[in-house]
Amino acid sequence: MDFLIFQAPILMVQASLDGILLGILFALIAYGMALQWGVMNIINIAQGDLVILGGYIAYTMYLAGIHPGWGVIVSPIIMFFVGWGLYKLVINKVVDRDLFISILATFGIAIVFQQLMNFIFGADVVVAQSEYGTTMLFDNSVTLPNSKIFSAFISLLYAVILVIYMKKSKLGRAIRATAQNARAAKILGVDTEKVYAATFGINAALCGVAGALIAITFTLHPYVGLPYTVRSFMIVIVAGLGNLPAVAISGMGLGMFEEFADYILGTEFRIGSVFMLLVFILVYRRFKLSRKREYLK
Amino acid sequence: MNKLAKLFITFISAIALAAVSISSSFAKVENGYIVLGSAISLTGKYSSNGVHTQNGYNLAVDRINSMGGVKVGGKSYKFEIIYYDDESNPKRAAQLAERLIKQDGVHYMLGPYSSGLTKAIAPVTEKYKIPMVEANGASRSLFTKGYKYLFAVLSPANQYLEVAIDLAVEKNGGKPVKIAQAFEQDAFSQDVRLGILDAAKRTGSKIIIDDKLPKELNDMAATLAKVKATKPDVLVVSGHTKGALTAIRQISEMKVDVPMLAMTHCDAAKLSKQHGKKAEYALCASQWHKNLSYKDSFFGGGKKYDKDFKKEFGYAPPYQSAESSAALLVFKDAFERANSFDRDKVRDALKATDMQTFYGNIKFGPGGQNIAKPMILFQVRCKGDTCENKVVAPTKWASDKFFHPIPPWSKRG
Repeated sequence: MDFLIFQAPILMVQASLDGILLGILFALIAYGMALQWGVMNIINIAQGDLVILGGYIAYTMYLAGIHPGWGVIVSPIIMFFVGWGLYKLVINKVVDRDLFISILATFGIAIVFQQLMNFIFGADVVVAQSEYGTTMLFDNSVTLPNSKIFSAFISLLYAVILVIYMKKSKLGRAIRATAQNARAAKILGVDTEKVYAATFGINAALCGVAGALIAITFTLHPYVGLPYTVRSFMIVIVAGLGNLPAVAISGMGLGMFEEFADYILGTEFRIGSVFMLLVFILVYRRFKLSRKREYLK
Repeated sequence: MNKLAKLFITFISAIALAAVSISSSFAKVENGYIVLGSAISLTGKYSSNGVHTQNGYNLAVDRINSMGGVKVGGKSYKFEIIYYDDESNPKRAAQLAERLIKQDGVHYMLGPYSSGLTKAIAPVTEKYKIPMVEANGASRSLFTKGYKYLFAVLSPANQYLEVAIDLAVEKNGGKPVKIAQAFEQDAFSQDVRLGILDAAKRTGSKIIIDDKLPKELNDMAATLAKVKATKPDVLVVSGHTKGALTAIRQISEMKVDVPMLAMTHCDAAKLSKQHGKKAEYALCASQWHKNLSYKDSFFGGGKKYDKDFKKEFGYAPPYQSAESSAALLVFKDAFERANSFDRDKVRDALKATDMQTFYGNIKFGPGGQNIAKPMILFQVRCKGDTCENKVVAPTKWASDKFFHPIPPWSKRG
């Protein structure tokens, strides 16, 4: 236990801001996961690897002398087609099977992606420099890298665009209809096959955005995808499917929880504590459910 | 196909298989070649360092073979290495070691890349009494198990940054210092940490932050905020290449001012290239640097090795390659002194090794670790936009003066 954070309350501001900025980025990945989970009933284990691939696209641009910040536009476009192709190649064969098959299939995709990235980009850890500088608050005692602020802003922007798109566009309505009842949607003339492909593509595109942001805020390595899958999985579990504000709040909440756990319990418990929280939430939800059931009896 | 034909094919293939396995079980020394075996990470997360290791081995094999080979019993032999890809996976590495020894009949092994994989292989080589010279497993726990057939040409992990603490104390006028440290939770980094704890105890220094970074972590913002609040005299970070890159990125972004920053894996992470001026003044532990004045008759000195390696592979050799080449020189020396291919005689000869290579002096301690070579520290220094690693300690090999304290970010351009 460490109580430094209580002795220096300014650290709480730092921790909260760090947590929120981090959380928004994770929420973006989680929203993609929630979307396709809700529509296609697929838990995508390769989510994190799609993120890293998106990051490598931005990194490749950086190597070519283009500012990696543009990756947030280029990477989702490329990743959309990667996602679309992936659907046509693999996912369409598992989409109406049970959850276990899709987990196995996406796990396989994750391994293939990791090895491919290792093959193409090498096993070295790499970073892309954004040179965005730093924002200093409270007389330099709280520092926020502008790259993190940029990440959070772009994540929010994409989230808003997506929400409007889902509400207003024809495809968005078709996606929502398919999520509610795929059979009924099909009977009413929705091309569910196209909807599924588009959903998977949109998810991959969101991963592409997140990846480009991670390339300029953190580090890239072919094998660091899994933690992003696990984080987004947790956020979705906490927030539920198809509820964007809940996903955003749960993302920020988990981000802050992680930061505070880091200060108080120590860095080694940072990720462990999030898992503890997850177990707690699951148990609590079961408890609530069972009470409801009793009431129904 | 009728039954008889099937039976015949089975019979033939059985004989062929048997013939192969018989011939290979005598493969330790054949047709004038001494066959060494190595499981090495050619794919998976260690693949880049695995390739550095392999290149180091290959360069030394070519050099020794072209310079007359190994002379045993008045006859000249050449080295040959059988490689298998361990996929950066310890279990696979142990299986492959078993396969090298039992199926391929290898009697002498070269180490894999990384402490974790060496730890997986060592029990196997020990079981079959196969001498292994390894160049990339520095974890202290490798040398405390009482292994008799394991020899490491590199300095153990706990020595990596001890010197840095001594240096900090020296710069503080001999007075104890305040240390902040963050280490990844893996065998190697935790051994580096033990070394720091020893050095802190010895100098009476105080550790004020002692964070353990989870393996999957790529964000140390919290640790650095603590560092900012507590103002230590020295910050020590070890978490492989990911840790080094993350630390520099976030230290520069959060404008964390520390008088001294000591790390590991700077050269593997290509810090000076990837982060440029942001990495300036970082102090890094290294097993080897081309400017050291060690010499041998195969590679000449460090600078010559650097040149030859570049010519062969097109990039400057990281220390992982240099130490791997040194492992072959050790084997050659031991074979010639043993003047025999008897495994135990070779093992005894290895044990008695006391030599100088371009990589450094090599003499094995009771646990098999190299006790004759000190670690060196270099500091990243920049001229304009090009940054280079300059050796600053120990003083004997220092090409530049150690720059201390690091100027605050507000004064850095």
